[in-house]
Amino acid sequence: MTLAVLLIVLPLAGAFLCLGSTERAAKAVGMLTGLVVLGVATAMAFEFPAWTSGEFWPNAEGWRLFSAFGVDFLLGTDSIGMLLILLTALLIPCSMLVSFSSITQRQRGFYAQFLFMESAVMLAFLARDVILFYIGYEFTLVPLFLIVAVWGGHERRVAAVKLWVYSFVGSVVSLVGFIYLAAGNAAANGGALDFSISSLVEYGSNLPASTQWWVFLAIMGGFAVKVPFVPVHSWLPLAHGEAPTAGSVVLAGIVIKIGQYGALRFAFPMAPEGALALAPFFSALALVGILAMSLVCWVQNDVKRLVAYSSVAHMGLALLAMFAFNVVGMEGAVLYMVNHGLSTAGMFMCIGIMYERYHTKDMEVVGGLMQRMPVWSVFMVFFAMASLALPGLNGFVSEFLCLMGVFTADSGVMTGFPGILGPAYAFLAALALVLGALYVLRMLQKFVFGPLREPHGDGHGHHGHDHHAHGHQASGHQVVKDVNGREILAMLPLAVGCIVIGIWPSPILRAVEPAAANIVAPYVKLIERDAAMAAPKTALATPAAAEGAAQ
Amino acid sequence: MNPDPTMPILASASSLGPKFSLIMPEIVLFVGAVLCAVMGLSRSRTVRTAVPWIAVASLAATFAAMLKVWTPEAAAAAELPMPMLGKYVIALLCVVGVGHVLASAGSVDRSVERQIASGAGAFDPVRVIQGEFYAFLLLSLCGGMLICHATDLVWLFLAFELCSLPTYVLVAIGRGADRSMEAAIKYFFLGAMSTATMLFGFALLYGATGTLELSAMSEAFQLQAQTTGIGSVAIVGVLLAVIGICFKLAAVPMHFYAPDVYEGASSPVAAFISFVPKVQGFVTLVLLLSTVGWGAAGDGSTPPVIAAVLWMIAVLTMTLGNIGALLQRSAKRMLAYSSIANSGYMLVGILAGPKIGVDATFLYLLTYGVANLATFGALAAIERNGHEVDSLDDLAGLRVRAPRVAVALAIGALSLTGIPPILGFWGKLDLFVAAAESQQRALLVIMALNSGVAAFYYLRLVAGPFVQEPTPRTQGVTPVASLWPRVSAVVFAVGCLVLPFAANQLKGESASAAVASGAAKPVLTAEK
Repeated sequence: MTLAVLLIVLPLAGAFLCLGSTERAAKAVGMLTGLVVLGVATAMAFEFPAWTSGEFWPNAEGWRLFSAFGVDFLLGTDSIGMLLILLTALLIPCSMLVSFSSITQRQRGFYAQFLFMESAVMLAFLARDVILFYIGYEFTLVPLFLIVAVWGGHERRVAAVKLWVYSFVGSVVSLVGFIYLAAGNAAANGGALDFSISSLVEYGSNLPASTQWWVFLAIMGGFAVKVPFVPVHSWLPLAHGEAPTAGSVVLAGIVIKIGQYGALRFAFPMAPEGALALAPFFSALALVGILAMSLVCWVQNDVKRLVAYSSVAHMGLALLAMFAFNVVGMEGAVLYMVNHGLSTAGMFMCIGIMYERYHTKDMEVVGGLMQRMPVWSVFMVFFAMASLALPGLNGFVSEFLCLMGVFTADSGVMTGFPGILGPAYAFLAALALVLGALYVLRMLQKFVFGPLREPHGDGHGHHGHDHHAHGHQASGHQVVKDVNGREILAMLPLAVGCIVIGIWPSPILRAVEPAAANIVAPYVKLIERDAAMAAPKTALATPAAAEGAAQ
Repeated sequence: MNPDPTMPILASASSLGPKFSLIMPEIVLFVGAVLCAVMGLSRSRTVRTAVPWIAVASLAATFAAMLKVWTPEAAAAAELPMPMLGKYVIALLCVVGVGHVLASAGSVDRSVERQIASGAGAFDPVRVIQGEFYAFLLLSLCGGMLICHATDLVWLFLAFELCSLPTYVLVAIGRGADRSMEAAIKYFFLGAMSTATMLFGFALLYGATGTLELSAMSEAFQLQAQTTGIGSVAIVGVLLAVIGICFKLAAVPMHFYAPDVYEGASSPVAAFISFVPKVQGFVTLVLLLSTVGWGAAGDGSTPPVIAAVLWMIAVLTMTLGNIGALLQRSAKRMLAYSSIANSGYMLVGILAGPKIGVDATFLYLLTYGVANLATFGALAAIERNGHEVDSLDDLAGLRVRAPRVAVALAIGALSLTGIPPILGFWGKLDLFVAAAESQQRALLVIMALNSGVAAFYYLRLVAGPFVQEPTPRTQGVTPVASLWPRVSAVVFAVGCLVLPFAANQLKGESASAAVASGAAKPVLTAEK
């Protein structure tokens, strides 16, 4: 329990320390806090007893601050949350490290925002109470808004406002779903409000199917904005495009993961029948999203937006795999969250490092960087390969599992697992992977390989915005330098993570499996029930066909 | 049923004894108000500048007196319709009132004081208005507190007017500008009209029941409901009174004045009239509704016609308020529309009914009052070239010019947005839950979407100071000379951050304030 509380309180304290320190000391304070939190998270991971049981730990009650509102200060997480906590604790110091030279103004605020964010994210992942989760989830918006709006690119204000409004409306919609459940639960159980996840899950999953439909639509609809799901995704590419490097890293690596985490922790368990009924709708949207975003990536010349759109496509696949309602798919989706966090964060770091040198993200303007920055190119190609799921790297494992989950989730002919999706879905999703390979390779070809193209002379001056006014070392005829030790140090942990998960994923998969099974469990029952109800009918209707299938 | 009309008035006279024992806080406050008025006439500048402190001290004394006299036994003896309501409202008005006094300190009629101090102008008791300003401020607070003691419509009306009338004067004298005069006239005439409407409603209520006493009225309505149904005269009476109250709440259809009046009034006064009349209006509304259907009538439901009208008022108020706020370039007009929208939210609690929602409305009044004061107080704490800051453009890069004020402004705005875990979130959460528990699903969704819209415009108060860089226009923006408006803004912003730690206690207090008197309970249990 102490460790869990420390994970929330330490970054908060560090943030205030940052605000109170000097401009020069801020990065040291921020970095130090980030490392200490990473240490605490690691310690918690070692102490975590539920790696293979799928249970929640420490599940202990903290302060009874908001008990009058039915909010328990109950902290605990399962292996899925623990993985995301580790990811968060790793990404925050890395993203700070990569910003040392690019952020030259208002540094105290900058590093403080990251720590505020870390604290809120930790709270969201540790909460066993819906409102407690919501506090963390919603509070991330404030630092995120400021990071994009203050330290971002030209269109930073538009991007930040869009991010704010989309996310706020989305999370309020989820909140309505939660409150509806809690109020119903209170009415059913004698009036006492209780927002704890376990009681809402128990109440929600026993509601009539038509009610669950609405509950799922509200909760999932809200999280869909954060994931982001295709019709409501348009804030993300803009935010990514305009955010500072570290902001993009945190946005892709952590913040949008809260959306997925919310889906699997709240939307799926609280309204299983609703999820089942809406699965065709959401899966179709996910497929459309994956394909459409992959096509968009194909014609993107802004590298950062390209990676952002590919993020939308990837998250769509992860969500599709969740709607497979089987353990393999759920495992794949969870692993996908971690892997995407590592590889996409790595790509954003690479692009940020390049941007710091050239002040452009346009592939038409800059390219062939292999000749100028060989070490950088190694990292860029490596993370791109991890992201397009090269076998041996982490992306492959999760993508394979996701596709397998989707493929096997058909009506029972192929594997005996009844479900909604099936080979057709898997085929279409796999098509997107081919597209993924196309656009990533096109990007690498233009951007890393090929003839060297660099922005010339003063021509690029307007690319740098005011925060980079001092960073003109790349201008003129001065030769651009390759990555330095600090930048390598920031990217190395992510690269190591990609390799380790790629060649030895079994510990993580073993850890995720029971937790994933817990989430899937109600669905297996429901699907079997539906199948049992449907079976006699089909048998009566087409006995010949049934016989044919049996043979 | 044909009661003798003189009887209830006599009956209320007989219960004055226990009522007077409860009224000590208001007496203290009244003495403080008189003291302020008299001291404001002193020739000595030191004495005149001490007036705000007298006001603060009398609010503190009022608070202490309330703690001493307001026991459940005393409240029960006074036969108040809602026994612990007064305790909550007095505490709320005292604490937030201190903030309002501080926010006004030093900003009232600065130019005249400066002239007198520098010898450029002679002391002129007619022109020096500091004393009156605080006296009227305290009198208005006193009226708001007295409403809670009402057991009959006459008392209710008198207290209501004691709360209203000084606010018109405050608008007029709070700022030495023609615009404030215009605003005051607008506010006064519309206010007088709304009061007349309300009074006409009261008259109809008297006609329908033959009594002025709230409890007797409640019984009469109960009888009507059980036999012939509540008569249309009474329904019309309640509706007219509601329309009158809507003016105080700045709710549709009586909301049009708010942006103009807030813009014309000085910032501290705008803060005051966006909060205290709301308390006044909601307490009156609750007392009034508790006679028809809520209190002794037993089933705790609002008559359908009234509920439908309130529903429409709530939805229109929050929606029009939020949409109006989106279009503003003036910070004060924007906050005026936000004040309209917030009234809409609070009406949701009223609609949710006495057992579920009223305490949520009371809690929201508190969270709104604190956050609103932090926001308006921050505006009161800065000036541009000696004039009040009004345009949102003046807030650009405020963090450079006045860092603490900028932080207070941002925290207040985030609290109004409902970003957890800041205070405003808990008020909103409670209202959301109340709407869900009373099965008002449409209201719940409309309110949620509205708070999404609100998130957009409150953001300007965060983005201006913290994201935008200072512009040439903001060169002249400085903190005001007086320290106290800043202190007020910062203290209440800190309150937004700290009070959530006491959320349980606050909710407990608001819940006990919303409990109707014991008279209703036997009926309830008997029916069950």
